[in-house]
Amino acid sequence: MAQLILNHLSKDFGTGRAAVADLSLTVREGGFLALLGPSGCGKTTVLRMIAGFEQPTDGSILLGERTLADGSGSLPPEKRNMAMVFQSYALWPHMTVAQNVGYPLKVRGVSGAAWETRVRDALAVVRLEEFAMRRPAGLSGGQRQRVALARCLVTSPDVVLLDEPLANLDRHLKAAMEETFREFHARSGATMIYVTHDQGEAMALATDIAVMSEGRLMQVASPQEIYARPEGRIVGGLVGQGAILDLTLPDHGSRLVFWQAIEASFRQTAGPSRPVLVRPEHVVADPLGIVLQVVSCLFEGERFALSLRTAGGQSLKAYSATAMPCGILQPFVIRQGWLL
Amino acid sequence: MPRLSIIRSSQPVWLLPFVVVIVCLLSGLPLARLLYAGLRFSLQGKATGLFTEPATWIAIRNTLTTSVGGTAISVFLGATFAFVVTLTDFRGKSFFSFAFVLPMMIPPQVTALAWVQMSGPASPLLKTLGIAPPLGSPQPLYSLSGIALLLGVQHAPLVFLALKAGLGSLPRDGVEAARLAGASPLPVFRDIILPLAVPGLIAGAAIAFVSGVGNFGIPAILGIPASIYVLPTLIYSRLSSFGAGTFAEMSQLSMVIAVIAGLGLAVQQWALKGRDYRIIGLSGQNAAFSLGPFRLVAETGFCLVLFFVLAAPLAALVTSSLVPTYGVPLNLQTVSLDAYREILFRQSVTLTAFANSLFLAGTTACGLLLFTVLTAYLLARRPGKLANVITSLIEIPYALPGIVLAVAFILLFAAPLPLLNVSIYGTIWIILIAYFSSFFAVSLKPVASAFLQLDPSLEEAARLSGAGFGRRMRDILVPLIAPAAGASVILVFLIACSELTVSALLWSAGTQTLGVAIFNLDDSGSSDLASALSVLVVVMVILLMLMLEMLAKHLPRGVLPWRN
Repeated sequence: MAQLILNHLSKDFGTGRAAVADLSLTVREGGFLALLGPSGCGKTTVLRMIAGFEQPTDGSILLGERTLADGSGSLPPEKRNMAMVFQSYALWPHMTVAQNVGYPLKVRGVSGAAWETRVRDALAVVRLEEFAMRRPAGLSGGQRQRVALARCLVTSPDVVLLDEPLANLDRHLKAAMEETFREFHARSGATMIYVTHDQGEAMALATDIAVMSEGRLMQVASPQEIYARPEGRIVGGLVGQGAILDLTLPDHGSRLVFWQAIEASFRQTAGPSRPVLVRPEHVVADPLGIVLQVVSCLFEGERFALSLRTAGGQSLKAYSATAMPCGILQPFVIRQGWLL
Repeated sequence: MPRLSIIRSSQPVWLLPFVVVIVCLLSGLPLARLLYAGLRFSLQGKATGLFTEPATWIAIRNTLTTSVGGTAISVFLGATFAFVVTLTDFRGKSFFSFAFVLPMMIPPQVTALAWVQMSGPASPLLKTLGIAPPLGSPQPLYSLSGIALLLGVQHAPLVFLALKAGLGSLPRDGVEAARLAGASPLPVFRDIILPLAVPGLIAGAAIAFVSGVGNFGIPAILGIPASIYVLPTLIYSRLSSFGAGTFAEMSQLSMVIAVIAGLGLAVQQWALKGRDYRIIGLSGQNAAFSLGPFRLVAETGFCLVLFFVLAAPLAALVTSSLVPTYGVPLNLQTVSLDAYREILFRQSVTLTAFANSLFLAGTTACGLLLFTVLTAYLLARRPGKLANVITSLIEIPYALPGIVLAVAFILLFAAPLPLLNVSIYGTIWIILIAYFSSFFAVSLKPVASAFLQLDPSLEEAARLSGAGFGRRMRDILVPLIAPAAGASVILVFLIACSELTVSALLWSAGTQTLGVAIFNLDDSGSSDLASALSVLVVVMVILLMLMLEMLAKHLPRGVLPWRN
C-alpha cells in the first residue's frame, strides 16, 4: 500500500467544458478522503478515473510507485486491486450474498475452505453471517449496502472507493451506516475515497475533505480546518451554514476578524469591500449590537433559525432559543467572522 | 513499472471489428449486391423488356391493390381491438390479446390453407356441417379481395400492437386529470387519446402495408391457382421458369418491391419521429372507461370475430387433416389419422422437410445468439453514430420483404465462392446464411433490451473484482441476460421453423423446408397432407408461444411481440 497521487488530472468528454480540470491531490496512505461538491462538479468523474472506468485526458494517477493512468494509457480496472461501493450497490442478483462477497476471491483463484473462511470473516465484519445464503433481492437497503461493503473488504484492496453510498438510505439508516463505514476504515486500514454532496456525511466520516466545484479542486483540509478556515467564496458557501457579508476591512491584520473590527466596518462607508463568512452561531442578540431586521423565524426543533437583514440589505443567519416575530428590529452582535 | 494498455472502454479490442465484419457479411454484402445488380441491369437497358410486359404492371397493380385493401382491413380490426382492450373495462384482456395476435405468428401459407379449407364448395368443414355451397360454385378466396382479406387478418395484430404501445403509455391518472379538468368522455378521447394514438396508427398501418407488399404465402396459395400474380409470386414464377434474363428480371422486380416497401417504412419512421410518449407520468394502471351495458355486446362481438378469423379456419384445417380426401365430410366412417401417419412416417419429402427446418431453425437460433450477445453488448456499451449504423444494417434485412432478401442471396451465391471455388447455391447452406441475415434483428432485440436495462455498475463491480472480459461475460452478464437470450432463441426458432418466403426461392431437391413442403403438397393437390402438416406447425407455434409466456415475467418489456 502507498499513497494515491492525482497529478494535474483532467478529463474532457468533448462537451466543450472540461468535467475535471487540472486537479492535483495526494491522499495519504490509510486516509479517508471525502470528495465534496454539488452535483455535476466532477467528483464522480474523478472517482471513476481512479477506478479506471474513465481514461484521463491529461495528467496522471499514481499509487505509490505504480502509474495507474496517464494521458496515453490506462491500467484496466480489473488489474488495479481497488474496490468500490456503488450508489446502486451493484450486487449481482443471480448470486447469493456469499457468492457476491466471494466473487473477487473466486476471480483470484481462491476456493474451498480458504474461500469460505474469508467470506465468513468479511460477512462477520458487517454482521450478516446468517444472511450468507440469501439472494440480494431478499435484503433491505441497509443490508444490501453492507453486503457491498463486505465485497470490498474481502480482498484487502489498496483503495476503496465509495460513490454516494448513503444517497438511497433514509436518515436513520444513514447514521448506522456511517458508524459501519468508520469501523470498516479503522479495521481495514485501506485508503478510502468517498464521494458525496452531503457535507454532514463528509464532516462526520472523513479525515480529509476535498471540495470541488465545476471540475476544479477548491481546497483540501481536515473537516475542522475547512469549517473554521475555508478558502474563497465557493468553499465558504458550500461548507457549513453561514452567510457571506461584504465588509470594508483594512488590508492588514489576521483573517479571523472580531466584533470591534466588524462593528467599525459597519460605520465605514468608503473603501473596497471584502467577503467575510459569518457562521450563525456567532450572531447573537445583544443590546450593544447593531440593529438588524428579522426577515423570518423557523422552528427547527432544538432552536429557531433566523434570517436577518442589515440596513444595507445584506443577509445574515442566526440561531435563537426563543421565537421572534417577523419584521421586528433587534440589535445583534457578530462575535467573529472569517475573511475569505 | 507495469505496462499501461490503451483501453478506453470495457470492450476488448477485437470486439468492434468482429461485429462490424459479421454485420457487413450478413447484411451489407447481400444488400450491396442486390443494389449493384438492380442498378446495373437497369442502366444496361435490360429493364425495357420487363417493364414493357403488361404482366409486370398487372403484378404491380395487384400488389398495391391487395396491400392497400389488406391494410384497410388490418387497421379496422387492429384499431378497434386496441382501443377496446386498452381503454375499457373489457374482461379477459390477456386471453383476447394472445388469441388476437396468434394469426400473426401462424405462417401465412397455413392461414391461407386454413381459410381455403373453411370456404368453397369442397370444404370438409362445411360439408360436415351440411352448409357447403353447391359443387361447381367458385372458391371466393381465389381472388384479389380474398388475398386482401387474408392479408388484413394476418397483419391486423401489427396495427393492434403498434397502437397498444402508444395507448399503453397513457396512465389512468392522465385520463382522470382530463376528467377533473371538466372534459367528458368524448373530448377526452378526442383531445387526449387520439393524439397519442395517431402515430401508432400510422406506424401500424405502414408496417401492415409493407408486410402485405412482401407477403408470399397468401398470394401464392390463393393467387397462383387463379393466375393472379403479385410481385413476390411473379418473382417466384420467373425463377421456376429459369431463363437467360432471369437474374436481371428478378433483381429489378426486387428493387420495385424494395422501393414500395421502403416508402412504407419511411412513412412509419416519419410517424414515430419525435413522438416518443413512453414516459408520461407513472406507468400505473391503464385508463379504463366503463362500457356499461355495452361490455357484453363488445365481448360477444370479439368472440365472433375471433371465431371467424381463428377458430373456424383452424377447425377447418383440423377437419381437412382428418378426412381421406378433399371434399369428403368428416364423420365416424371417414375419420382417419392416415394423413398424419403419411407425413410423419412414410413420406420422405415431409420427413426431410422436418429435418431441414429443425436443423435450420435450431442452428439459426443458437448460432445467431453468439453474434447477438456480443453485438448487443457492444451496442449497449458504445452508443453513438456507429452503433446506430450497425443497428440499421441489422434491421434492414428483416424489414425488407423476404423475397427481396432471397433474391439478394441468389445473386450473391449463384457463382461459386471465390478462392474456395465451391458453390453453395442449391445447398442448405445458402438458406442457413439467408436465415442468419433475415433473423439477426429478431434475435438481437430481446438481448439488446436486456443489456440496455442492465445497470452498468453490475459489470463495473465485476471489473473491480478483477474479472476480465470473458470472465465477466460468463459469470455476470450472460446469467443476467439469460431469460432474454432464451426468449431470443425461441422466437427465432418459432419464426424460422415455419418460414416460407426465403426458402421458397432458395430451396432445391432435398433442401425443402416445412413451409415449402406445405406449399408443394397443397400445390400438388394433397390438401389432406398439407393440412395435417399445417396442424402440426400450428401446434408447435402455440406450444412455443406458451413457453415464451412462461418466461415472460423474467423478460424486459417489449420482448414478446404479443405483450406490451
